[in-house]
Amino acid sequence: MEFRDAIRDAMSEEMRRDARVMLIGEEVAEYNGAYKVSRGMLDEFGARRVIDTPISESGFAGMAIGAAMMGLRPVVEFMSWSFSLVAADPILNNAPKMLFMSGGQFGCPIVFRGNDGAGGQLGSTHSWCVEGLFSNVPGIKMAIPATPDDAKGLMKTAIRDDDPVFFLESERLLGLKGEVPVGEDVLVKFGEARVRRAGADCTIASWGRPVHFCLEAAEALAKEGISCEVIDLRTIRPLDIGAIVRSVKKTSNLVVVDQSWSFGSPGSEVAAQIHQRCFDDLDNHVHRVHTEDVPAPYAFNLEQEYLPNARKICEAVRSATYNA
Amino acid sequence: MPTPTTDGKPSHDVHGGLPVPRRAANRPAPAAELLRAWYRELVLIREFEIRCMQAYQDKKIGGFCHVYIGQEAVAVGCVAALKPEDPLVTAYRDHGHALARGMTARACMAEMFGRVDGCAKGKGGSMHMFDKANNLFGGHGIVGAQTPLGAGLAFATKYQDEVINKGKSSRVTMCFLGDGALNQGSFHEALNLAGLMDLPVVYVVENNGYSMGTSIHRGTTQSHDLSSKALGYGIDASVIDGMNLLEVYHGMKDVVEKCRERSRPAFVDMRCYRYKGHSMSDPRKYRTRDEEEVWEQGDPIGIFEKYVLEQGAMTHDQIKAAQKDVKTEVRDAVQFADQSPVPPLTDLYHDVYREPWGRYTGTSEPQMYGGAQNPPTFRATREGEDLL
Ligand SMILES: Cc1ncc(C[n+]2csc(CCOP(=O)(O)OP(=O)(O)O)c2C)c(N)n1
Repeated sequence: MEFRDAIRDAMSEEMRRDARVMLIGEEVAEYNGAYKVSRGMLDEFGARRVIDTPISESGFAGMAIGAAMMGLRPVVEFMSWSFSLVAADPILNNAPKMLFMSGGQFGCPIVFRGNDGAGGQLGSTHSWCVEGLFSNVPGIKMAIPATPDDAKGLMKTAIRDDDPVFFLESERLLGLKGEVPVGEDVLVKFGEARVRRAGADCTIASWGRPVHFCLEAAEALAKEGISCEVIDLRTIRPLDIGAIVRSVKKTSNLVVVDQSWSFGSPGSEVAAQIHQRCFDDLDNHVHRVHTEDVPAPYAFNLEQEYLPNARKICEAVRSATYNA
Repeated sequence: MPTPTTDGKPSHDVHGGLPVPRRAANRPAPAAELLRAWYRELVLIREFEIRCMQAYQDKKIGGFCHVYIGQEAVAVGCVAALKPEDPLVTAYRDHGHALARGMTARACMAEMFGRVDGCAKGKGGSMHMFDKANNLFGGHGIVGAQTPLGAGLAFATKYQDEVINKGKSSRVTMCFLGDGALNQGSFHEALNLAGLMDLPVVYVVENNGYSMGTSIHRGTTQSHDLSSKALGYGIDASVIDGMNLLEVYHGMKDVVEKCRERSRPAFVDMRCYRYKGHSMSDPRKYRTRDEEEVWEQGDPIGIFEKYVLEQGAMTHDQIKAAQKDVKTEVRDAVQFADQSPVPPLTDLYHDVYREPWGRYTGTSEPQMYGGAQNPPTFRATREGEDLL
């Protein structure tokens, strides 16, 4: 099953299970979704539950937050997370703070989802990796699946969660095929990382699309005799720091791979926490691979250079394991 | 403009039937030389877009590519109503505006190809055409984003003319947007500011009846009469037939001159149609072939061609020659773009700040690449000096 269909199945199953769940966003209904994630959902659930909106991110996101305060469980599609910046006020200023501001009276059980990150040569306005920006805000949860099965399990968990969940999909992964379990209860718990490859010399921690680059790099490094353990964090908030600590105690080295900018990013947070918790276990300082600290370029070769890739990960691992 | 059908079939008037005033009929015909130049521009934009579609299919162009076919008369007529020094800003469907504004087909195509000779050195791409020399302040990728920018450009021209130069505001800013952009908060905030501050900006809504797969009636309230959006902000509104270059030119001439004179914003509901999908990936299943055919009969190039022939401004042979000439120009642009080098990787770290900025290394000083080492100097703008 494709990644995009896994998300669709998760939403559809939850909508069948719970009448409070609905989907709202630009082109989600009659057009079947700009990236065809909601294909067929209008036919099954009708226009009262699969709702096309005008291009008014601030308006429909804010409206959905109001509905969530009344107890509905909206799933809001941003055609691209890049466009969510238009709705930054409601999603960052209202949703995550509602429970706190109201002293626990009003929660906000809502899922914001959509396509995140660069890689399609769309230029700088359309290529945001919002994890670095948005994960800074307390009150949100953030899930970033790398595989179709996780996409389904994490989405179902997100919809059932009582807090606002930011669900980041990479357009580059939507066509990825993989096994997806069927049935109601394939939930993936938030805050539980997954070891994608076991190894002894260096831990590589990542989430979302770069996990695939990490696996590619690990494969190449194995041929050089460097054995890498690849950890897919799956959620950034909550962050399974324990899984990384356990792995680093074994490998003594860590490379964090993050597709957002390096300044104040989840990758930096992981590095800081590991330095704090594993100082004596480390053979080398934590190495970070990030997207270059510049706006996303359009030109193909520049965009390739801009993003984290297997080459850069290999270099970081070699550098981290140099003294070992 | 197609009229609604009477046999019970759906109307092809995708905008909702408000009458469109005719202005061109009782105006003197523009000079033959102008007509010939406009004809060439129309054909240039059409040909350019056709070649873009091909190049996109050949994977020479990446990302999103929104072609302008069907709307050529809008860009050509609107730009003709402006002075070269009037600023212009637009959205992501911007190749037509760029070419009409005087960007060379070479620079435009090289940008589409992501090459160093592109107008933005390959860094912006299809949706982000900028050309300072021609006062084109960019195509902008976020729906609605250019609307407050347009107000800002007008604010600056007015400030410069009145505050710095102690004269009278003399430039008009033109800001293009799609009908879908009317639903963004930025549009309403910009109109309010422009109205409040008497800014000389003309908002031209290229009302092609669709925003992606959503027809205007499904996405916009009061869609049958968009002037209501402007009237609420005390801004004059007019409707213009965007398929007819002469109507666009004369209509816009009136609007622009009034705006220049009074230094007050204006709003134009420009009725047009895009023949192709929203972008290259859109199979446009949300509308019928039938509807498209009706609009193709009112093709802006066809209408104008008929007119120039009637006026005797061009002969059939001259038309053929112009078409051939344009084909050569665009073929040359494609070749030029293809041969232009890809940007050097160090370009990634240039233009982030005015001073070349190196790879971020985690220290307070980024690792610098070569280039200008002199720190920038800041100074106040003097009277008579251009801000832009
Ligand atoms: C804030 C934002 N939301 C969504 C999009 C995706 N998108 C790009 S163009 C478009 C439709 C815009 O239609 P319209 O303004 O009518 O312009 P047209 O395409 O007709 O020229 C949409 C939804 C975007 N670029 N920016």
